[in-house]
Amino acid sequence: MATTSVTPNATPEVQASQGKPRSLWERMKEYRWSYAFIAPYMLIFIIFTVIPVIWAMFLSLTYYNMIQPPVWVGLENYARLFTDDQLFYLAVKNTFYFSIVTGPLGYCLSLILAWLINEVKYRKLYTLIYYIPSITSGVAMAVIWMYLYNGSKYGLLNYLLLKWGIIEEPVLWLKNVKTTLPAIMITSIWMSMGTSFLVFIAALQGVPHELYEAALIDGATRWQEFWHITLPMIRPALLFGAVMTVVSSFQVFDLTMVMAGFPSTLYCAHTIVGHLYDYAFLRFEMGYASAIAIVLFLMTFIISSVLRKVLSSKDL
Amino acid sequence: MSAKKRKAPTRGKAVERITTGQIVIYAILTLGAIIMSLPIVYMISTAFKPVTELLLYPPRFLVRVPTTKNFSDLALAMTSTDTPFIRYIFNSAFVSTIVVVGTIILATLAAYPLAKHKFPGREFIFNLIISALMISGHVTMIPRYLVIRNTGWIDTYYALIIPALAGSYGLFLMKQFIEPIPNEMLESAKMDGASEWKIFTHIILPLCKPAWATLSIFTFIGTWNDFFSPLIMTTSDSMKTLPLAMRTISDGQNIARMGAAAAGSFLTTIPVILVFIFFQRFVVETMTYSGMKG
Repeated sequence: MATTSVTPNATPEVQASQGKPRSLWERMKEYRWSYAFIAPYMLIFIIFTVIPVIWAMFLSLTYYNMIQPPVWVGLENYARLFTDDQLFYLAVKNTFYFSIVTGPLGYCLSLILAWLINEVKYRKLYTLIYYIPSITSGVAMAVIWMYLYNGSKYGLLNYLLLKWGIIEEPVLWLKNVKTTLPAIMITSIWMSMGTSFLVFIAALQGVPHELYEAALIDGATRWQEFWHITLPMIRPALLFGAVMTVVSSFQVFDLTMVMAGFPSTLYCAHTIVGHLYDYAFLRFEMGYASAIAIVLFLMTFIISSVLRKVLSSKDL
Repeated sequence: MSAKKRKAPTRGKAVERITTGQIVIYAILTLGAIIMSLPIVYMISTAFKPVTELLLYPPRFLVRVPTTKNFSDLALAMTSTDTPFIRYIFNSAFVSTIVVVGTIILATLAAYPLAKHKFPGREFIFNLIISALMISGHVTMIPRYLVIRNTGWIDTYYALIIPALAGSYGLFLMKQFIEPIPNEMLESAKMDGASEWKIFTHIILPLCKPAWATLSIFTFIGTWNDFFSPLIMTTSDSMKTLPLAMRTISDGQNIARMGAAAAGSFLTTIPVILVFIFFQRFVVETMTYSGMKG
């Protein structure tokens, strides 16, 4: 053991070596079992994730319609995307609008709920009820929400609002340019809140009870307790939840496609992924669509990195 | 409410006194829970409504005289396309089950060396997989589609199953779970002359079982609910999965069709909910100590 302080967890073969520097190839041979174990996973991972990411970068610099081989066009796709594609701007605007509302709102709601639930009995029951919408099929539940939002007086929402005198005639919630996106946002928050909520619940249960008892003895208020003990203790979960929320809210597409139709009224629910889908799988302009994919990737990456910086700084 | 009076949020052993603050918390949570469950209750109730109740004005939230006619109508509604609804259920169940089993096998195999062996390239491989966690699936979707097209797998089960097998999340979860297993245990087995394979099957596998529950649930739910990959990878009606079928069933406008649509939603969502309720206790447990913390 003493000779291998560099690799304390190493397998006995390594410990048997007399501390001599050995060639990479020899070390790799020693670990042939490790590579054998990891090979099946890596094979699929490389073919369906690593290569596609690189390939998407390459394709985004080409014109490719799947019939002729890709033609190199340099940054032309990006130039067209940023200077010539009004619909892309609309999609970006809608996606940001959607993310900025649903992301923080859903995130804060789920943090507050997780914190409250951690204070009461029947934790499991409440957790279950709040989490269930997150495991339902987005499309299947979108269909139910569409009937709640139904544009005739038979729609429950219209019926209630008419009855209470808030509106005077039925609103076509999912056809009207002003109401479509907000209506979908409500469904989305309902449906996605549970994911980070479950992470928060798990993290809150991992906070040592002694800390709370100590705070109680010191006479800390509940707010101080939340701010100085709970939040710092669950910081990794906060980060994880925030990144997940951002990444998933930027990908919004199935809800908008099903609820608002594709294309939606005056493209009022057009999103970045919707734009990508349109170019890739309806127009088969794979190069241009790849450029959209890369821009989407960069956006989520930058925002995730910023969140990472903010949430892992010491001042939280 | 003074800080002295309230209890530390440990609860459990001591008798709890319900304070005003707690009543408020219960009230908020219960109200929220009712709001959250309304759409699900509405779905269940609507799935059993006869047509007369669907067309009732004013519309009613709950069903009065439940009927299973919507479910038989659903089967009929699909015969026009030559694909019975049960085929979609089968497709979803088949694909999800295989993906779950395959993910468990591949992720556990790969997680063991990543957690326990210091082989050259380990850090690099692990970082690669972790960065994939942050990449939106849509970025890889186009080349993935092209790969699948080249292999001739479009509109086959392979297209829905194989790419789904190497998810980052499953590997990450298994690795976090295997890491706390004491190294001494593995080393002493090695001293006794056990091969790596034997260590894997006799020590690692039995200890992994609790994590498999969590991994299975999330993989199952993810695959069952996936909409985007079947949308682009399948072309024929008979290869569609439930979420795709649901999209064609309903336009959300025709009130009379609402019963069949709700019945379809019922069949799409209820199995997942039941599976989750059944496994719920494993999920929070694994997440707590396999380290969403790390």
